Amino acid sequence: MTDVALPPIELREVAPAGPPIEIPDFEIVPRVGLVFAAVAAVALIAAIASNKLWPLEFLHVSGGAAWTIIDLFLGLVLGPIMGAMPVPARIQFTTRLMPKMVVIMPIVVTLTLAAGWQLSTKLGTNLTVHPLHGWVVASMIIVGVMSVIALGLLEPANIAVLIELKKPRPNPEVIEHLMKRFVYSAGVLGVMQIATLVIMTKLGSG
Amino acid sequence: MNERKYPPVTAIAMTSLGLIVAGGIYLSAHLPRHVPIGPAVVLLVLSTLLMAYNIYSLTRVKDFPWDRFFAVAKWSLLAYLVIAGLIEYAFLKNHLSGAPLVVLTLSLLVFAIHVPTLLGFTVARYYDPNQELAGAPAA
Repeated sequence: MTDVALPPIELREVAPAGPPIEIPDFEIVPRVGLVFAAVAAVALIAAIASNKLWPLEFLHVSGGAAWTIIDLFLGLVLGPIMGAMPVPARIQFTTRLMPKMVVIMPIVVTLTLAAGWQLSTKLGTNLTVHPLHGWVVASMIIVGVMSVIALGLLEPANIAVLIELKKPRPNPEVIEHLMKRFVYSAGVLGVMQIATLVIMTKLGSG
Repeated sequence: MNERKYPPVTAIAMTSLGLIVAGGIYLSAHLPRHVPIGPAVVLLVLSTLLMAYNIYSLTRVKDFPWDRFFAVAKWSLLAYLVIAGLIEYAFLKNHLSGAPLVVLTLSLLVFAIHVPTLLGFTVARYYDPNQELAGAPAA
């Protein structure tokens, strides 16, 4: 990712006229975050290879909890707050939040799904004979829809808004458009996460 | 904002990904029984055709900023190949084999190519060479 990574936090001015909006310098993909993501990926491989209950459950539950909480919090709490912020404040917030999301979300989703599938195989809940199999299929459908929204709308908007903010003169209309798309997608995902919570607590309680 | 008309790449990509996901759910919802592979193959073929159409439609766009597209798509491809590899590993670990493995592997491949295509397109569509020129330092 060397072509997009720049040294951190150094202010530069962008607007040619009117009060200048300061955009802090930032890395689109934080390199330190990649190290954590790599460690998490190795832990996932080890957990699947060992096929032991605790590591699989740990990665699935912690990954799933992070995914659910981030979606709910971003979509239903932070999103509306960001929408009400003045543009300079929103830019400051965006340049700090969004790069972290670029690294966190893909690895959190991968941990949850891969460890979840392995756990499901180990416990037998993905077999048609299991009494809760219908709930597992329902969770697959919800996660599938969420994945399509996240991959098709949310992630591209996240990356594109950061690249727009890296330009010498970012276009405020483009940023506004992409941020709206990001926040609305996060809101829809947040609501869908409530259904995931219902299903997972049902599966957990048997 | 860049008002150029582009083909509906995002909508087509989301439909393609939806078909892949539907195929994956169809296969995994039947375990451990024998799965009639036909419906999953049809979904995979449709998804692949949509991906091919998406890429073809982008090649037809005049002056499409391919350098911007590839600057994002190449790194995304690397990331999504790693993710697809992790999921594939889980399948292999569970001794998945035969036709279901082939269909799921090809589905992962479509996923790993189509998502970076979408990321590259979303960035490239907002590329405006005038923005770069306007921001260039004076000689």
